[in-house]
Amino acid sequence: MTKKDKHKEKATFDFNGGWDYSPSPESTSHVKLKERYDLYIDGKFVAPNSGKYFQTTNPATEKVLAEVAQADESDVDKAVKAARKAYENVWSKLSAKERGKYIYRIARLMQEKARELAVVETLDAGKTIRESRDVDVPLACNHFFYYAGWADKLEYAFPNRTVSSLGVAGQIIPWNFPLLMAAWKIAPALAAGNTVVLKPAETTPLTAMLLAEIIHESGLPAGVVNILTGYGDTGAAIVNHPDINKIAFTGSTNVGKIIQKAVAGTGKKLTLELGGKSANIVFEDAPIDQAVEGIVNGIFFNQGHVCCAGSRLFVQESVAEEVIQKLKDRLDTLYVGDPLDKNTDIGAINSKEQLETIRKYIKIGKDEGANMYESSCEIPKKGYFVRPILFTDVAQSSRIAQEEIFGPVLTIQTFRTIDEVIQKANNSPYGLAAGVWTDKGSRIFNMTSKLRAGVIWANTYNKFDPTSPFGGYKESGFGREGGLQGLGAYLKIER
Amino acid sequence: MERLEILKTYKIFIGGQFPRTESGRYYTPLDKKGQPLANMCLSSRKDFRNAVVAARKAVGSWSEKTAFNRGQILYRIAEMLEGRKAQFVEELVKQGSTEAKAKQEVEVAIDRCVYYAGWCDKYQQVFSSVNPVASSHFNFSALEPMGVVGIIAPQANGLIGLVSTILPVIAGGNTCIVLASENLPLCAITFAEVLATSDLTGGVVNILTGTEKELVEQFHSHMDVNAVVYAGGNKEHALAIESGADCNVKRVFVYEHDFTKATDENPYYITDLQELKTTWHPIENVGGATSTY
Repeated sequence: MTKKDKHKEKATFDFNGGWDYSPSPESTSHVKLKERYDLYIDGKFVAPNSGKYFQTTNPATEKVLAEVAQADESDVDKAVKAARKAYENVWSKLSAKERGKYIYRIARLMQEKARELAVVETLDAGKTIRESRDVDVPLACNHFFYYAGWADKLEYAFPNRTVSSLGVAGQIIPWNFPLLMAAWKIAPALAAGNTVVLKPAETTPLTAMLLAEIIHESGLPAGVVNILTGYGDTGAAIVNHPDINKIAFTGSTNVGKIIQKAVAGTGKKLTLELGGKSANIVFEDAPIDQAVEGIVNGIFFNQGHVCCAGSRLFVQESVAEEVIQKLKDRLDTLYVGDPLDKNTDIGAINSKEQLETIRKYIKIGKDEGANMYESSCEIPKKGYFVRPILFTDVAQSSRIAQEEIFGPVLTIQTFRTIDEVIQKANNSPYGLAAGVWTDKGSRIFNMTSKLRAGVIWANTYNKFDPTSPFGGYKESGFGREGGLQGLGAYLKIER
Repeated sequence: MERLEILKTYKIFIGGQFPRTESGRYYTPLDKKGQPLANMCLSSRKDFRNAVVAARKAVGSWSEKTAFNRGQILYRIAEMLEGRKAQFVEELVKQGSTEAKAKQEVEVAIDRCVYYAGWCDKYQQVFSSVNPVASSHFNFSALEPMGVVGIIAPQANGLIGLVSTILPVIAGGNTCIVLASENLPLCAITFAEVLATSDLTGGVVNILTGTEKELVEQFHSHMDVNAVVYAGGNKEHALAIESGADCNVKRVFVYEHDFTKATDENPYYITDLQELKTTWHPIENVGGATSTY
């Protein structure tokens, strides 16, 4: 039998035909969302003083999921007072061992409710169920589990120094990883002995409120963790409250700068995890297929709503044609659609506002003369969706190569020499992350030591772990979250 | 016939050179008796900007020197300082210190150079980590210098505060622009002469004299300064720096003591001015062989 005949015989494998996945949606039957969520203050779920509520919607369907309380300054004040009281009377008096046990208990309860958390995260944020289930929720649980163990070991973290808790921590988190960011903030704060007032983002408040229920169920003393939903003004009330000792913020660089100015001179300890425009660099000797998958993961993971997204691709000229072609081919195979479907690669854009921002940048890219390639994939008619996009022939000075888009839009530039790509990659006010793809070990270390960014992924991208410190250089913020070093953000280190 | 003393012209220190201030202005700090100490350069915004250019240029070569080599250079600073001990004591006395106090200040300063020289190739080991991530990756976090650091040295003393704020910054591979004590500036420029003869790369330390009031804004508003250390002791100036630092998300450290005690030294002054970089790389995972045989 000739090779040709063999192909004929297996003609059923027609790769050009309608190969498609059957829908495989995650069931939502076990999730019972309430119609309304109140504020969690002093161990109780209470209505906001103003009586105001706002709606949170599913960005994939534009349907309302629930309404949540809108906290104002007086609610924030109540929460801070509860947190102060809990700090003075209970939490700071508890032995470190017992403190740790509470945190372990939260971790375990989260693990038990992992499926529910994942589904609600997907409903509220639009991210794919695969990601909520396999990344966000397990990492959030693990973060609590990791920091729980630090509670009674703090004296080992900072050699030859005495450390102590700060007091009340005010924490403001973004909408891209709602539950995970809550875990990144709350777990180390509690382990270090602080009490917490946390505000989730207005478009993604639900998993934070489920976390409040879990914390309540864990029996954590009243007031140790307080969770308030609301808009930017709620966040501002937290930042400006005089009885808060520490502000931790994750979000945009613009808001981060406002916060840095606001806390100046107050003595509040500050950590900022801000925006990025991270370079992902592919050398000619890289394993190209792996690199292509890494590029896709780098920019399209979580719809590109990732502060460390590898949004600037640099490809060495000799392999640029090959890499770009493979990227285009791969783009056409991506599934964009129902986030609850386990086949979906790219879910819904988090909100209408963000969709508009992304569209604005796509227009800017076109107007600036870059060449756009848009995936041919289908997208749902309802809901906030956008096809993954590549821009080639992008100038270093182009706005789409300089500004954070926070969506599934990749800019591609080419380079010839190592020096050239180091300069181009570092030529950004940001410095959050970077990726390097090469098979040459010495080149990896040359690159990883010269790139000015807080997290460097070599031959991989977008990996996270509770033991691994995360945070930026330059205008991507300061302070680290995760690992031993993440404790420093929540401790007073005696001089 | 009595010999006429050669008076020293105190200039500023930028990029390893001793230029006069481009502004052509000077000020005359007085000693305790109200007698003029010297005509000091009244550094301008332009001097500050020139110093930042020199400091930025030096970041690459200084930060990429081996830690061992940086340690040797800092030790060399101690040697040079020891050799000029008498000169520093004399200057401190001239600026109002007693002989005994001046001697002590210089000795603490020399020992502090040795202290930080020793840290150059040690802090990385103490404060870095290999992180046991729950996936097949090798993951480690190491410290890197922040880059260009602006330092406003303590006003209260002329030498020890200056040395104590500069050394941990450069031990960690940063470069800096330092504003010396306004009223006690003599030792700062003499210290620059020490630095200039210590194999320190030009531009790693740049020293200006002048008034805090005039230059404080430059420290927080310059977009190519990565961090500011403020030890000047003026609450208003500290606030101005903290609230102006948002322009490029500068890291700000306000130190409220004057570093006179022998114990006012620790590696946390180095790590304050360090960024933490975390690197991931996959670990190959094929076959079933374990390392237990």
